[in-house]
Amino acid sequence: MSADKHGRFGEFGGQYIPETLMNEIHKLEEAYEHYKNDPEFVEELDTLNREYAGRPSLLYYAEKMTRDLGGAKIYFKREDLNHTGSHKINNVLGQVLLAKKMGKTRVIAETGAGQHGVATATAAALLDMECEVYMGKEDTIRQALNVYRMELLGTKVHPVESGTQTLKDAVNACMREWTARVDDTLYVLGSVMGPHPFPQMVGDFQSIISKEARAQILEKEGRLPDVVMACVGGGSNAMGSFREFIDDKEVRLIGCEAAGKGVETDRTAATMAVGTKGVFHGMKSYFCQNEYGQIAPVYSISAGLDYPGVGPEHAYLRDSGRAEYVPVTDEEAVQAFEYIARTEGIIAAIESSHAVAHLMKIAPEMDKDQIIICTLSGRGDKDVAAIARYRGIDLHE
Amino acid sequence: MNRIKNAFLDKKAFIAFLTAGDPSLDKTAEFILEMEKAGAGLVEIGIPFTDPIADGPVIQEANIRALDAGCTTDKIFDMVKELRKKTQIPLCFLAYLNVLYKYGYERFCERCSETGIDGFIIPDLPFEEQGELKPVASKYGLDLITMIAPTSKERIKTVAKEADGFIYVVSSMGVTGERSEITTDVGEIVNTIRTVTDTPTAIGFGISKKEQVTKFAGLSDGAIVGSAIVKIIAKYGENAGEKLYEYVSEMVSGLPQ
Repeated sequence: MSADKHGRFGEFGGQYIPETLMNEIHKLEEAYEHYKNDPEFVEELDTLNREYAGRPSLLYYAEKMTRDLGGAKIYFKREDLNHTGSHKINNVLGQVLLAKKMGKTRVIAETGAGQHGVATATAAALLDMECEVYMGKEDTIRQALNVYRMELLGTKVHPVESGTQTLKDAVNACMREWTARVDDTLYVLGSVMGPHPFPQMVGDFQSIISKEARAQILEKEGRLPDVVMACVGGGSNAMGSFREFIDDKEVRLIGCEAAGKGVETDRTAATMAVGTKGVFHGMKSYFCQNEYGQIAPVYSISAGLDYPGVGPEHAYLRDSGRAEYVPVTDEEAVQAFEYIARTEGIIAAIESSHAVAHLMKIAPEMDKDQIIICTLSGRGDKDVAAIARYRGIDLHE
Repeated sequence: MNRIKNAFLDKKAFIAFLTAGDPSLDKTAEFILEMEKAGAGLVEIGIPFTDPIADGPVIQEANIRALDAGCTTDKIFDMVKELRKKTQIPLCFLAYLNVLYKYGYERFCERCSETGIDGFIIPDLPFEEQGELKPVASKYGLDLITMIAPTSKERIKTVAKEADGFIYVVSSMGVTGERSEITTDVGEIVNTIRTVTDTPTAIGFGISKKEQVTKFAGLSDGAIVGSAIVKIIAKYGENAGEKLYEYVSEMVSGLPQ
């Protein structure tokens, strides 16, 4: 779907940002509206997606899992096979190319697990942009390899020491930095969140996932899937997976959130399950917060889902009943991480493993002629050491 | 009756900011009275927020200290109610929108009005999004104070025309905090504002020295100081009252007549 002219999906979204950024956000809006229909821009981005990112990504029939779980036919949309190892490349190629067209020479980005940071650093290296990435200090420790990876790509990584030292604080730091320096800089937001036009634009760039998946499943099966599912933090791979199926009312859309230690505990990041309406990071949406609107310190084993909010389009899809959102715990995600590795020989990101975990619950209850498409948003190499530690094995990168 | 205009009646205003509940709400009330005694014309009371995206490190840390000390919106209202028995100084809140949104705009404005708050500044509520809050604020006689930034350019007139109370002119790019040099042509911004409205202007962000107060209050109708005050509170804690009196007296002596 598309945001209305006020940048809203129903009541959600908007542009709740300091006055200092307003002219810049309007410029970005105009530039995006122009270039998304500019044949040259579209062609350049398409070439980058094909020749550089390795698109289209595979729609893989997981025959062994299908047999083992004994229910619906399981397909994985393999975003983990993209260059840089996740769906994040789809968005950053679009945004960094747009930044270049706008005459910017520098990009900044937040990162949680490091996937968006690595993707942005990669696109910046390729397209000759200066790049600085903000990452919660806690996350620089959890994902030390990704920090060095970004540095190899020529990016400066700033560990953020304020607040909870995770993704939320990295977004705060980026917003502060963008306020200080807008003229030559674009803030390349990594998810379908923040002020309009980011939720719309990031969703558009990511919608290539469902454009491909829809055509691929029609070719392989001659019909649409019964379920499309993906993990949700801010929600960019899920929105990319959902977009082209939103009008296909018979397709169930399921987003899988990080429940951490469980939604009944305070160690969770499941915004849809425990959050309430609020206004934060430029948007009206759902947030984990207390009765006074103080943002809650959230927790998940996955640094990429460890965010106290969710994109406004997801909030709209949930409240309108079009999509459903379910919480998945650390333990369930780790079990799924191990199961898909053993069964299909795929080491999926711990983020994506949240979706796999829920798939393992619903697939056996479905009929054999039904079809599930589950997006594997990223590869799990970055998570191996953390999973080992979770299992009590003292392994460090 | 709204007191904000009193701050600018026939004089330049020195506007002081502090974070509520740092180190305690009793002390916040005491500090406000000290600053009034020293000549502050208006006080902005910051409602602490976990994620103050428009603030630099000094005010961020004050927010965390206040929240850790148990400060809440309700306790701040109680403090203001008591404080109002002792002073008629104009008082504004500086708060991030989520604090108001979650409390409920209607309930928040009603409590502002009954406890004696005159208006508020919401750094993450730009002009285009004010429609949801402004009618409620007006109903309770509260001023929704707008900010104008160095990047506002052609937006200045549109925003200024609709402004209530006073206009907060942001001197510099970036977040709050002391700066040795302010390079923006704020005089030009103020002149543009004055072509469309009589609403007073005050300049803030980066001001900490007497000479800066003289210069910026000279260019506009007032100067706003935040981080320098919060820094004194951070340093002297419960004993900051006297130091604040000295500091604000010094700054006020810099106001052009």
